[in-house]
Amino acid sequence: MQADIFAKKKRNTLAFLLLLGALTILAMIITEYNVLKGFTSIPKAIQWGMANFYPTAESLEKLPVILDKLQETLLVSIAATTAAAVFALLFSIFGSNTTRVNAFFGAITRGIATVFRNIDVAAWALILLFSFGQSALTGYFALFFGSFGFLTRAFTETIDEVSGGSVEALKATGAGYFSIIFQSVIPSSIPQLISWILFMIETNIRSATLIGLLTGSGIGFTFNLYYKSLAYDTASLVVVVIIAAILLIEYASNYVRKVIL
Amino acid sequence: MEVKEQLSNVTAPSVHLLGKRIPAKPLNKAAIVTRLTLFILAALTVYAFYSFDYKELDFMDALLGTFANLKTIFLEPHLKHFSFGHALYQVMVTLGLAFLTTLFGAIIAVLFGLMAAENLSSRRVSIVIKSMVAFIRAVPTVLWVLIFAVAAGLGSTAAVIGMTFHSIGYLIKAYSESFEELDRGVIEALQASGANWWQIVFQAVIPSSITYMISWTFLRFEINFAVAVAMGAAAGAGGIGFDMFMASSFYLDMREIGAITYFILAVAVILEIFAAKIKRKLKTV
Repeated sequence: MQADIFAKKKRNTLAFLLLLGALTILAMIITEYNVLKGFTSIPKAIQWGMANFYPTAESLEKLPVILDKLQETLLVSIAATTAAAVFALLFSIFGSNTTRVNAFFGAITRGIATVFRNIDVAAWALILLFSFGQSALTGYFALFFGSFGFLTRAFTETIDEVSGGSVEALKATGAGYFSIIFQSVIPSSIPQLISWILFMIETNIRSATLIGLLTGSGIGFTFNLYYKSLAYDTASLVVVVIIAAILLIEYASNYVRKVIL
Repeated sequence: MEVKEQLSNVTAPSVHLLGKRIPAKPLNKAAIVTRLTLFILAALTVYAFYSFDYKELDFMDALLGTFANLKTIFLEPHLKHFSFGHALYQVMVTLGLAFLTTLFGAIIAVLFGLMAAENLSSRRVSIVIKSMVAFIRAVPTVLWVLIFAVAAGLGSTAAVIGMTFHSIGYLIKAYSESFEELDRGVIEALQASGANWWQIVFQAVIPSSITYMISWTFLRFEINFAVAVAMGAAAGAGGIGFDMFMASSFYLDMREIGAITYFILAVAVILEIFAAKIKRKLKTV
């Protein structure tokens, strides 16, 4: 009997690996992925990077322009996240199982959040490009919509987790809906909410680079400009600046998390 | 009379206490940092709105225009430059890109994740790998793809390698954290019974964290699908993202964008439902 279980386990594992292998080959064929080229390109890229992709003294002259664009991108990401967080908090309170007004309303708010979350920020950027053109607002609204969807889901889960018992206790004492929300739900979940907001800001700075590439604004556009004109030294400076900014923000948010959680 | 006097004696100190109310939430370090964080974020947001380069954009006009556009996009979708079958095939290409990057990323991340887990390797190795992961994650995926595109040429190969890089960073972090949750005693017991490192890994570490690993890997697959759409648009990786980019930037065809958005949305929702099902199944096992 025991041998049977092991044999069955082995067969299952084998079947799973075969399925995975078949899917891999299928995926390679339809995406036209070249295995050999893939592996050889890694050392080639490193070699090329060592030879060309580092900032030189000349490129340092462009630093003020780059920093200016970086500031714009950072501000867009932060502003989009905070505004999205306000809306997300509202929607998550209406969507959470413990604090919703009624089941029908809760389902609608969660449905809206699902739609916003599942359309990627890049897709939002391409949609919004029609009306806002190449301004910072295209990126702002793309990030806003994407963050809104994600934060609503994260906030809903946080509120569900944190406030099940306390809401019931306050309801039993006869507290009103608003006093339950403001005295119990928000205060007890605020550390988690801030942690999510900080995470979203980090993600948004990375996405902002991509959106900048697509819509022609911010630091992404700056990178693309130098990259396409083969000025790799300046392009690498842009990358270095982005890395520094992201690591700095990660450090700051890790500090905040450590203190408040 | 006496009773009354006594009563007033009793109530007097409590009135005194009421006058000096003990604050419900003492102002400790956590409360200060919370308020400070919220304040800084709010201030930066206000400053951001003030400093945006609006390029003489009429905000109300643009907003109303967006609503009209969104109505056109989502209520009157059509396909003009390619057929339904072609769109379906392009979705498969994007899914294929996501699948390959997730698979490559997962295989490499398991190896490095084991080395990055502090309870399975030395502290020094762990720190080296973790700082490398922080570096890899700090560079946006699109930049990795474009950097590899110089060596491999713009196309799906560069996209897969570049996206894999970011997946590796993400999954190493997720895997190593779930490995580190393993009880120290389990490893010690196995070591005491003479098990070598590989036996510990395959008999204790991976079986106990496999459910976490599967749900993290599938989450990354969902993310990679979205990233693959974006890379198709921004870095010539092909797939549905490229068609979307063409519809938006070359044909300026809003209705086609609507149709493509519906395709992407459908796949993303299906993946999410699938992920929820896997999670539920893993929880019951």
